[in-house]
Amino acid sequence: MKIVRLAHETDFGGWRRAARALRSAGVSPEAVAWTAGEQAQLGEEVTVADGDCAFPVPREFVELARDVVLHRDPARFALLYRLLWRLRNEPGLMHVATDADVARAMELRKGVERAAYRLKQYVRFREVEDDKGAAYVAWIEPEHRVLARAAPFFVERFANMRWAVLTPDACASWDGEALSFSPGVSREEAPADDAQEDVWRAYFAATFNPARLKVKAMTAQMPKSLWRNLPEAQVIPRLIQQAATRAETMVGAPHTEPSKRTARAVARSVRDGTFDDAYVPTSVADVWTAVQACRRCDLWRDATQGVAGEGPARAALMFVGEQPGDQEDLAGKPFIGPAGQMFDKALAEAGVPRAETYVTNAVKHFKHEPRGKRRIHAKPNVGEIRACRWWLENERRLVRPKVIVALGATAGQAVFDRPVSVSKDRGHPFDLGDAQGLITVHPAYLLRLPSHEDRARAWKLFVADLRAAWELAGGSHAEGASSGA
Amino acid sequence: MAVLDLKRKLEILADAAKYDASCASSGAKKRTSLDGKGMGSTDGKSICHAFTPDGRCVSLLKILLTNFCVYDCAYCVNRVSSNVPRARFSVQEVVDLTLSFYRRNYIEGLFLSSGIIRDSDYTMEQLVRVARSLREDHDFRGYIHLKLIPEASAHLVQEAGLYADRLSANIELPREDSLKAFAPEKDVRTIKQAMGLVRLGRESAKPDPKTKAQPKRFAPAGQSTQMIVGADAARDDEILARSEALYAGYGLSRVYYSAFSPIPDSSARLPLAQPPLMREHRLYQADWLMRFYGFTQAEIAGSSVDGMLDLAVDPKLAWALQNRDRFPVDLNTAEREVLLRVPGLGVKSVDKLIASRRWRRLRLEDVARVCASIARVRPFVIAADWSPGGLTDRADLKAKLVAAKPPEPQQLSLAL
Repeated sequence: MKIVRLAHETDFGGWRRAARALRSAGVSPEAVAWTAGEQAQLGEEVTVADGDCAFPVPREFVELARDVVLHRDPARFALLYRLLWRLRNEPGLMHVATDADVARAMELRKGVERAAYRLKQYVRFREVEDDKGAAYVAWIEPEHRVLARAAPFFVERFANMRWAVLTPDACASWDGEALSFSPGVSREEAPADDAQEDVWRAYFAATFNPARLKVKAMTAQMPKSLWRNLPEAQVIPRLIQQAATRAETMVGAPHTEPSKRTARAVARSVRDGTFDDAYVPTSVADVWTAVQACRRCDLWRDATQGVAGEGPARAALMFVGEQPGDQEDLAGKPFIGPAGQMFDKALAEAGVPRAETYVTNAVKHFKHEPRGKRRIHAKPNVGEIRACRWWLENERRLVRPKVIVALGATAGQAVFDRPVSVSKDRGHPFDLGDAQGLITVHPAYLLRLPSHEDRARAWKLFVADLRAAWELAGGSHAEGASSGA
Repeated sequence: MAVLDLKRKLEILADAAKYDASCASSGAKKRTSLDGKGMGSTDGKSICHAFTPDGRCVSLLKILLTNFCVYDCAYCVNRVSSNVPRARFSVQEVVDLTLSFYRRNYIEGLFLSSGIIRDSDYTMEQLVRVARSLREDHDFRGYIHLKLIPEASAHLVQEAGLYADRLSANIELPREDSLKAFAPEKDVRTIKQAMGLVRLGRESAKPDPKTKAQPKRFAPAGQSTQMIVGADAARDDEILARSEALYAGYGLSRVYYSAFSPIPDSSARLPLAQPPLMREHRLYQADWLMRFYGFTQAEIAGSSVDGMLDLAVDPKLAWALQNRDRFPVDLNTAEREVLLRVPGLGVKSVDKLIASRRWRRLRLEDVARVCASIARVRPFVIAADWSPGGLTDRADLKAKLVAAKPPEPQQLSLAL
């Protein structure tokens, strides 16, 4: 049996040198014992010369070993050497999380990571004054030897503060410029109190809900072994003890009646919530407000808001699209998303000033299907189009357009109140009684066309349709008309 | 009115804020105080600094600026008709308290909300002032989560996003008509509009690849919301449908579910009972399945009973028991998406199995090393040395698994 004595408990460099030498000498794991620091001598100790492994060691292993040596398990050096030994014949070993040795090493790493995390969680600084001003000192007993691992976290967080973290294994201190380490100390070296801890305990107690007592869920994360260094833990027994009574008092206490004002408000909102058919909007602004309360179909439920039309109170030309899309739904304005930008470009090319036209949709709420973090456009059905036609009719009555252009088949259904075909009915006006109706494609159609040629052809036709509609409505193509009147 | 000392104010305003379940301090961009004058750092991960006996983590100083409120939301401890003691912090007091706690490593930062005083804009402006002072006067680089007051103006939301890591507007209740009935001053549309503003703000804060200009920062840790469970009659499938819609519509980082809890001085209009904690737990599990395991709301709803999740088993096991024709799956060949649906295998376990099986054939004992309970996995998988035979289809499988399962962390009996 060979015994390797490492300089100290976290002597990764020493372990690495010895392990390399032993491995290249072919010393099997069973024939080596590992020890560190000043422990009693158990047998013949060896000094190992520098050596090199006769095979490449994967980086994952070196990183794992670096973590594992910080664990307090006395068998950690032997475990690491056994893994190194096996790596020669099993080069993929580090990927086999299901292997017993790998699983154990991973478990140790997890323990080390948890201990480092707990240091970040549970360090409680106490303020002390010295000749240079305020400094902050903490005492903590980490489960593993992770102080050096976690210290940079405090440097980054408290770079402009002087602080020290004291532990039985080692101490770290930061003077505002450099981090230094010194040997461990006893608890008595740390400050005994900080007046702010009383305020912190008050917060801790007040943020606890006695009706949700779950002691095990707390101790799983904050085991009792840590409590002696946590100022807030002092009040935990009292909180647990009083929880039952406090919760029962809340449940048993007499109710408070809502204020009269609230009772009236509830009655009013119940009335408002059911949409009233007898309501008649008297302006386009009214339409915008009232459509928010619309319950004529269910689409309002998953939409952000109703998006009514936009434009002057009177306009000779009205455009009707399908429904607001994702962007329109968020912003509350029609035709601002990708199809809206396409529409704007086409209007500009046709010399139609959008600001002089009224732009709206057949359906006022965004119909969609959730897909993870996206909403996918869904086509409104005939029932929804019919339900929403009520709003379109009101907009037509108020805006009094001479010409109405339906953009796409859904808009066609709404404007003509019957199924229409863009390809068949395009290019000639229909008499709608109060106005003339035209149909053309929806600008989103242009976005969907795959080939460049098809897109260019469709674009020309679309622009021509817009221009024809504008002329039919009596609009003029003054130079720069597209920038508004 | 007697002048309250700071500690008493803190007790009142922490008590008033604790019914908001949101606690995370995650998602922020990496930053440190090394090149600054103040203090603070974030690295994207949440750190819990303490746990209270309700098992909840204390990560942020979670307080209200004031619990005076003009609204009368029946479910809320701070409604105008409630007889709880009232207090109000000054902007400076919140700033000082945050810095003092942060300096001692008690917290990751601040979560600030408020009752509605005067009007929405005035209230929001107060919250923004706290965040602005922390960031600009003190170069504070810790985490800030601000509550959005619905109906606050867009420019205040914009400014809040400039200082805060995370913003949130609470949807409050799963059903719109219950919000109308319980919170008459609130309007689901204005809440969703606030969420929409945050999404648009975040989209406009993405650097434009064409101009290369760095836009102003806006809530880099995103937004979250909270839904109260058990105050109205909404079923679990409705709640999950609502969550699914919110995740899709506003790119939320989290939906928090908060079991309706008895409050001091509660309204006559709401149930007074123990909070449905197990139900809340099942909803979180189902939410997790939708976000990380590829389940749709419809699949989860399909394995519920009358729209309610089974309280006896977790929703993944409930789904597997309803869809046994999909099992057993072969651990040595099945695709990742398929393995993710095996009860008892989490994302990490699945990834370890996939990495391991490239090097050796998996036996049952190998699987046992990377999952919490092999007993739960066994009926649904085939391994090199294992086939469940008739076990998968046994009528009493559910009973067997429930009996074999270690008890989940449940609410302790109040009698203790």
